[in-house]
Parts: sequence; C-alpha cells; structure tokens
Amino acid sequence: MNLLSMFRRGSAPIARERLQILLAHERDARGQPDLLGVLREEILAVISRHVSFDPDKVQITMDRGKTVSTLAVDIEIPNRRRDAGSAAVYGRLTFDPAPAGARSQWTNGLV
Amino acid sequence: MSEEKSARVLVVTSGKGGVGKTTSTAALGAALAHLGEKVVVVDFDVGLRNLDLVLGAERRVVFDLINVIHGVAKLPQALIRDKRLENLYLLPASQTRDKDALTEDGVAKVIAELRGKFDWIVCDSPAGIERGATLAMRHADAAIIVTNPEVSSVRDSDRIIGLLDSKTERAERGERVDKHLLITRYHPWRAARGEMLSIDDVLEILSIPLLGIIPESEEVLRASNVGSPVTVNAALSAPARAYFDATRRLKGEQIPMQIPNESRGIFNKLFGRKAA
Repeated sequence: MNLLSMFRRGSAPIARERLQILLAHERDARGQPDLLGVLREEILAVISRHVSFDPDKVQITMDRGKTVSTLAVDIEIPNRRRDAGSAAVYGRLTFDPAPAGARSQWTNGLV
Repeated sequence: MSEEKSARVLVVTSGKGGVGKTTSTAALGAALAHLGEKVVVVDFDVGLRNLDLVLGAERRVVFDLINVIHGVAKLPQALIRDKRLENLYLLPASQTRDKDALTEDGVAKVIAELRGKFDWIVCDSPAGIERGATLAMRHADAAIIVTNPEVSSVRDSDRIIGLLDSKTERAERGERVDKHLLITRYHPWRAARGEMLSIDDVLEILSIPLLGIIPESEEVLRASNVGSPVTVNAALSAPARAYFDATRRLKGEQIPMQIPNESRGIFNKLFGRKAA
C-alpha cells in the first residue's frame, strides 16, 4: 500500500484489521490466564522424574502466528562426566515441535 | 438523608488513561442529579485524584475515602455537596502515595453505607488494571467503558471487559455486570474519511451495547478549566446533549442514538464528501 492509497482510503481499515487479529489471540489466552505458566509446571514435573536440572535454566516461549503457533521448550541439564566427578558439562534438552506428520523429537546434545 | 435508598453502583472505567473517565463521571453524575436522582461520585484514583478538580471542589476537600476507610472520619464528614446541584455529592480520593491504603473490606463497607443513602453511586476508576481499578469495579452493578476510537484504547477496553466478567462481585456470584460503551473524543469527519475507527468498527470489535457518542469539543476542555461538569457549564452544547442522552439511556429510557455531525468547516466541505 503506497502513501497515496493510504491517504485516499484512510488508515481506519488497517486499525480495524490489526485489532481484530490481536484481540482474537488475547481473548483466547484469557480463558487460560497463564497458559505458559501451567505448561511450564507440568512439563518440568514430567522431566524432573527422569533427569535432574536447574529450574532457573529453563526457557519456555510461545510464538503466536496467524495460523500456527510454536512452543519452544529449552531446558539446560547438567551432564555428569564419566571420568571426573567435579566438573559438570552442560547439555541441553530441547523439544522441537515438528511439523504435522513428523514425530516430535527430544534431543539431548552437548552445548 | 433520612429516606432509605438502594443505590445502583456504576463504575466508569477504561484501562487506558486520558480517555475521559473523570470528565465523563462528572458529566454523567451531574446529569443524573439534574434529572432528580440523588448521586454520589466516588474518586478511586488514590494518589492522583482529579474528580475534585473537575467538579470545582478542590478547595473544599477536608476528609477523603481513605480517611473514612481508616475510621479517621465518618462518611457524612467526607461527602462534599455540590454548590450547583443539591443532589450531587463527591467522595474524594486521598492524595496519599500509599495505594495499599485502599482495602477490600474498607471499600465494601463504604459502598454498603452509600447504597442506603443514594440512588446512584458512580465510581471513577483509575487507569490501569491494578488494585485501584479492580476495587473501583468490585461492587459495580453496571459498568461504563469509556473508549476513544483508537487502537490502544479499544484494546485496553477489551481487557477491562474481561476483568468485569471475572473480578467483580457479581461475576463471582455468577451474575452479569451490565456493560455500556461510551465512545468519547469522536471526530465525525475523521471517521467519515476513514481516518478514524468508526462507531460500527468499535461496536463490532467490542460487542457491547452503545450508551452514547461524545463528540470531541472545546466545551469539554473549557468545562474542566473552570471546574464545572460540561452538562452544567454548557448544557446545550453537543457533548452535553450527548451526555444527557446517555444519562437517560442509563435510566432505562429509549432515546434514539445521534451520531454527532458537527458543523463542517471549509476543509471538510471540500474533502469530506468524497470519502463518505
């Protein structure tokens, strides 16, 4: 949209469209006031049954898109070296929400 | 104040600041009083009170809402009677910086006491969604959501509507808080040219019933300059007539909605028609 057409049509239709998209998302989130908080608690509870990690080194983010939203879970877990008891090497457990059809994968790699 | 009454509690709220909550509280409160209702307007903006100033009562404040809550003063001592309208009273907020001074129990007691003395209790909410704003809406039977036709105001109004449906006493009892949309600072010719969200746009997005449309007007600024509600200071002006219509609708009267159409300047005559 160039400047001339913005001038002719006015910017109200843009405002209206932006608001409709934004409020649709915000209203969805309202029913579950802290969706990310709940997800974080439950995901951490499951993982802590199997591995130990520092709760401060966990990042859970959600990126909302128009049609698809992505959830990224990033957990740093200490890997104990087999040979040395003192130093810990940190690995990272990441959850990759794979596209439809493919399986989601948990990967544990060294950073 | 002998006759026992049962007031309807209204909250004037918006989320966003500067959209016209205090101006509208004063204008609607005065209009209700003018129509014979006994009204108290209560300022909940602790620390940043302004309803006293807009009503021209700033030099008459002795005790305030916080004093009453803390038992420093009795309610009748804190109520200020308007000098122009004998049915209109103000309960001012305090200028203390401690916003925790407003307690849930204290507010409940004050509202309960006011309910028996007035026909209408109009609570002027502070901006934001913090304690002051949630306490202002806490006991409301009905809410007036003041919205400017502008994206940030509409978004914040939507948020406030969500709070009215969850944080109020009525919502917790499973009852509804009646919600009314009051559109303020409306520029008819800007909307006609597609430069400003139209009334229909705002109504479609927020989907709550429309109480009134207040046109942008110098009379509103002039009224606050002199400390008199626009419905008293310029009762025949376009904004005052719109406030009076809104007031009658609040009282349950059926008044056809007027979309303000201010007299057009030469610029609007030249350019306004094309877009309409």
